[in-house]
Order: sequence, then structure tokens, then C-alpha cells
Amino acid sequence: MDSRHDIELSVNGDTHRISVQARRLLSDALREDCGLTGTHVGCEHGVCGACTVLIDGRPARACLTYAMQMEGHEITTIEGLGGTDGYSPLQQAMQDEHGLQCGFCTPGILVTFEAYLRDNPDPTEDEIRDVLSGNLCRCTGYENIVAAVKKAAAGMRGEPE
Amino acid sequence: MKPVAFDYQRPASVEDAVALLQAHGRSAKLLSGGQSLGPMLNMRLVRPEVVIDLNDLLELDYVREAADVIEIGALTRHHRLATAPEILRALPLLAYAAATIGHFAIRQRGTIGGSLVHADPAAQLPLVAVTLAAEIVLRSAAGTRSIPAADFLQNVMTVDLNEDEMVVAIRFPKPSAAKAGWGMRLFSRRRGDFAIVSAAVWLRRNPDGRLADMRLGLGGVAPVPFRLHDLEDPDDEGAPGESWASDLAGQAAQRVEPEDAPGLPAVYRRELACNLLRGALTDALSLAGERHG
Repeated sequence: MDSRHDIELSVNGDTHRISVQARRLLSDALREDCGLTGTHVGCEHGVCGACTVLIDGRPARACLTYAMQMEGHEITTIEGLGGTDGYSPLQQAMQDEHGLQCGFCTPGILVTFEAYLRDNPDPTEDEIRDVLSGNLCRCTGYENIVAAVKKAAAGMRGEPE
Repeated sequence: MKPVAFDYQRPASVEDAVALLQAHGRSAKLLSGGQSLGPMLNMRLVRPEVVIDLNDLLELDYVREAADVIEIGALTRHHRLATAPEILRALPLLAYAAATIGHFAIRQRGTIGGSLVHADPAAQLPLVAVTLAAEIVLRSAAGTRSIPAADFLQNVMTVDLNEDEMVVAIRFPKPSAAKAGWGMRLFSRRRGDFAIVSAAVWLRRNPDGRLADMRLGLGGVAPVPFRLHDLEDPDDEGAPGESWASDLAGQAAQRVEPEDAPGLPAVYRRELACNLLRGALTDALSLAGERHG
């Protein structure tokens, strides 16, 4: 049971060959084995949302997922957002609207809304708040995050500021 | 918080999964969405020797509509329940319930089969399965059986499931859509938390406005969600009047015997049951009135 398994994790388009126990959480595998520390670990039972990553484009708690489950799946973390040119529109809006202070919750919020806005380009404020309810933030009071998501959505729809 | 060490199995078919269950019995735990089992593993409330991962069984991720039934595969995620056109059309109560589970990210992973097996007394899908008289389809290496949701759910987090069995599907009878209405009200202190109390209603009216058929379900006030069968007989006195919803909700509240819990006295849950059911009844009646036919 304690034996290790050699697996391949596909993260942000890169293949990571790692050796893990079956019980290795995806959140720990990303941080400790792949060196991708942008995914943060808060509560480790699915409540705080800090460890949220995308599995095949859909948001999921990395602390409720095992690394071994992810063979054959594509993971996107905060390191995979944006590009060589800089921030994604959502990241830029978070900076512009001051949607973060300490930044601990930010990666989980960004990956969640990257996926959400792709499917829902024109959300109402209530819909944004409903999605945001899955991520705890202790700095901002959420208002600036809501403003950032609204701004990003408008920009991605091509509307002028 | 890390799980105990376990062996990991990833069957490629339902046959393989039930064979693994047969081989490992009680020492194995089936993993579907992992949104309830994951926390329990991390907190070591569950210490399985073997985890059997069902996430490759795409054959169990489906919504199939027949003439009088909608069959849903056990691995179907909450997000799909909340957005599938056939569910929105024929079982809007189920779609709404699924949309209120946890959070957006949780709904991408959590499954209907997992929620029913987990059997949290406050969970939405067990309440809707009981209210809409769903059948749970179970499979083992020996064969298949199906059981009404109300019998499947036995007690807090306890279901009628043998150690070599797994849930493979849930069958919802398709209610008549003509002059039908539904309502669901939940109360939780924070969006996405388990509801303290929840109420679900489905009803149908005759063309003259009288009730033809009604189902009332309550969750969070007993070890398992249940229907208020003795209040479901349509009143013969005519179309529901002004005080119909509050009268019925008041009668329902008198029938529930919630437990006293720290910070949640029984009287509070009873009051919630009354208010939520009144709201759900009002919503259902108005929807049934607005429909054509």
C-alpha cells in the first residue's frame, strides 16, 4: 500500500514524470512533485477553494483529487493562465480592480472564473457571486473581485470600457 | 490532513468494478466525484484498504429519456443534472436541486450516485429522489436489483447497499407536465453549505384548478428525507384558496420531530420546515397555474 507508482501528469501542456503513493493528493503532487506552487492549499477538505485547478477544462478541488486519477487528463493551474505576453484579461482585470491583497485565494478564483466565463460570457452579478461563493477570501470583502470579473467579462465580449 | 495509505484501482468497466468489489468487500471504498468521500478520507473518518476509482466508467455518465422515465447514470455530475435540456424540461425540480449543491467547482465533480450513497440527511438529491419516487438501480457480480429511493435511504448516511453492490443508475418516473408545478426552498447560513432544512413540492392541477396530484418532501428534519404522504391527498373542497399553502405547511410542521442540536433547537427547524414548505407550495401552485392546458 505504501508503494510508489510512476505516473505522468500533464500540466499546462507539460508532461511531468513523478513517483507517488496512491494517496498522494493532486494538490501536493503539483506543489511538491511538479514544483508548481501557484496552486495553494488551504483547508484540505474542499471548502476554501484555494487549491482549485482545471481538469480537462473543468474546475475541481485538487485536494479532493488523487494524482493517480489524473493520468490521461489535462490539468491547468494558475501557471498555465495568460501567456508569454503577460496576463490573461481576467488576471489583468484583477490587478486593475485591486481584486486581491494577500493573494492566497487568487489562483483558485482565477482558474474557476477562466472556466466559468468561457461557458458564461455574460453573467449577472448574482451569478458571479454564486460562483465566487466557492472560494473564501479574507482580504477583499469580495466586492473588488466581483468588479474584476465583470470588467474581464465585458472586455472579453469586446465591449469598450 | 492526508488520507491513510491505500491501494488504488481504476476499473475500465462496470464488470471490472463489481468484480473488484466482490474481491475486496468491506475493505474497499468506491470513489466517484469524491466531493464527500475526499474530505472524509483526508480527515481519516474513512480508512479503506482499497479505493476503486469509478471515474473511467463513462458508460455510467448519461441521461436517457424514455416515454415514462428518465434514467440517469450514477456517474452523471451535478452540473449536467442542472443543465441537461431533457432534465430541465421533464424534471425541473431535479435540475434546480442540482444547481443548488455546493459550489460551481463542486458540481463539476460530484455525482448523483455518490450523493445518494453518501445519504447526508440534508442533501438535495436524496430529497428529490424521495419526493419524485425515483428507483435506485444496484449492480453486483450476481446481478441487478432496483429499489425505491425511500427504501434505499435507511438512516443517517446509511443505505440499503450490500458490500458487493454499487449504484449504477437512478430512474425517475416522468411526471405529467400539463398543469404541473414544482417548488424547492432551502435554508443554509452560507451559500453552498448544506441546507439546515429543505422542502420540495411537485403538484398537478385539474383544468378546473383543483389539485389532481401532489408530492411533499422534507429534508433536514429527520435521519432521512421523507414524504408527507398523509398530507398529499388532494383536497376535494375545490381549488386551493388563499390560506392553502400556510395551512398545509402548518400541518406538516406539526408532524415533524427534529432533534435538538447545539445552536439548532428543534423548534427552529420546525419553524424553518413550515416557512420553507409554505414557500415551495406557493411556488409550485403558481407555476402550475401559469402553464397552458
